[in-house]
Amino acid sequence: MIEVKGLVKTYGAKRAVDGISFEVRRGDILGFLGPNGAGKSTTMKMITGFLRPDAGQALVDGIDVVADPVAVKRKLGYLPESAPSYPEMTVEEFLGFIAEVRGFRATDARRAQVDRAIALTHLAPVRRQTIETLSKGYRQRVGFAQALLHDPPALVLDEPTDGLDPNQKNEVRTLIKGMAAQKAVILSTHILEEVEAICTRVIIISRGRVVADETPAQLQARQPGARLDAIFRSLTQSDL
Amino acid sequence: MSQTFPIFKREFLGYFRSPVAYVFLVVFLVASVGLAFFLSGFYKANVASMESYFFWHPWLFLFLVPAAGMRLWSEERRSGTIELLFTLPVTTLEGVMGKFLAAWAFLTLAILLSFPLPLTLAYLGDPDWGVIANSYLGSILMAGAYLAVCSFMSALTKNQVVSFVLSVLVCFVLSLLGFSVFTDFLSGYLHLPVFLVDVISNFGFTTHFDAFSKGIIDPKDVMFFLSLMGFSLFLNVVVLER
Repeated sequence: MIEVKGLVKTYGAKRAVDGISFEVRRGDILGFLGPNGAGKSTTMKMITGFLRPDAGQALVDGIDVVADPVAVKRKLGYLPESAPSYPEMTVEEFLGFIAEVRGFRATDARRAQVDRAIALTHLAPVRRQTIETLSKGYRQRVGFAQALLHDPPALVLDEPTDGLDPNQKNEVRTLIKGMAAQKAVILSTHILEEVEAICTRVIIISRGRVVADETPAQLQARQPGARLDAIFRSLTQSDL
Repeated sequence: MSQTFPIFKREFLGYFRSPVAYVFLVVFLVASVGLAFFLSGFYKANVASMESYFFWHPWLFLFLVPAAGMRLWSEERRSGTIELLFTLPVTTLEGVMGKFLAAWAFLTLAILLSFPLPLTLAYLGDPDWGVIANSYLGSILMAGAYLAVCSFMSALTKNQVVSFVLSVLVCFVLSLLGFSVFTDFLSGYLHLPVFLVDVISNFGFTTHFDAFSKGIIDPKDVMFFLSLMGFSLFLNVVVLER
């Protein structure tokens, strides 16, 4: 569903992403791990068509994101880091706007999509509140609702559980797990237990390169008995 | 361009979701009508014309249009919503047009809200409606040209203050170009040839606006404002795609 081939992105003298390749199929939940600044967000921004890669290719459902960005954006749901939204709008207005841009122009169709997204992310109690008055957890869910709104075949989630309390984290994980059967999901995270809990595959990147691409069980098998964060540390040591 | 409409709608209604719209409309109306009354003697002139109202528009727009336009793209950059907007199925041109047209429609509303003025004139005398309609058209076109420049400037930075100052500066130069003080300086002190001075002064806003307020629609003037808008918005798209 999502295919990444040799992506490269350079900022000035720094090579943020240095030839990353991987593939995500339907039913996969890919955990994207790495220290801060390793290139996780940059890679996701290139897949979603926000940044143009300097070299390499990102394909979603066989469509090259550089060749036809709008077609790729139709198939993707994207939750950017820190879930940006328009603070002066209410939850309903904001999701209504997203639905309209996503092509649900008729009032009924739009309302159906908005209601579905609100139900999925449990936003009903705050649907008429402006986003600036919401807590961090609710804002994150608004971002999540926005990404899910058009029921996309592929989801790219940049730190979806960042800033949430343990209950909310658990809820988001359950939600992702529940949808994953028909979708290809990439999620970036710092939390290693999250990877164990929901991911079917793990990619660890360090200094813009893939240093591990395997199942959580295989990752654990590298150092049997060790904690995952110890394995993570030894793999990303070059970043220190 | 089908995606322009939802963006236009969100942006236009967005002005009214915050105090921005109300503060701007009140300040704009008080300033534009106040200048006509107190500095140009709207009643004292004893003429049924709106010349004293439109006379100030180029100078008023110099500050008020950048105030309306400074947040267009810099706000999206600062808050990160630009990433949201451009990962939706929207082209850069659709995004730029949607936001620009919304801001232009808002400025048009501000200008048209001066309607009690022509109604007063009609009550007191017999104004020339052709000239008034023309002046409104010219003023709206000029506001669009100022705004397109501001939209481009706001795409260059995530800081609204920088965006405002740059916009005022560029608009000031563009207004100044047509002024006799400036053209006299070019020909008198710099000894530029007359044709060159003419070319330069042709890029001035006021030169093109004056014809409208005299009741003349010259296609050249309309084209000037439209092409300035087109060029600024083109640069706007280029900067955002970079």
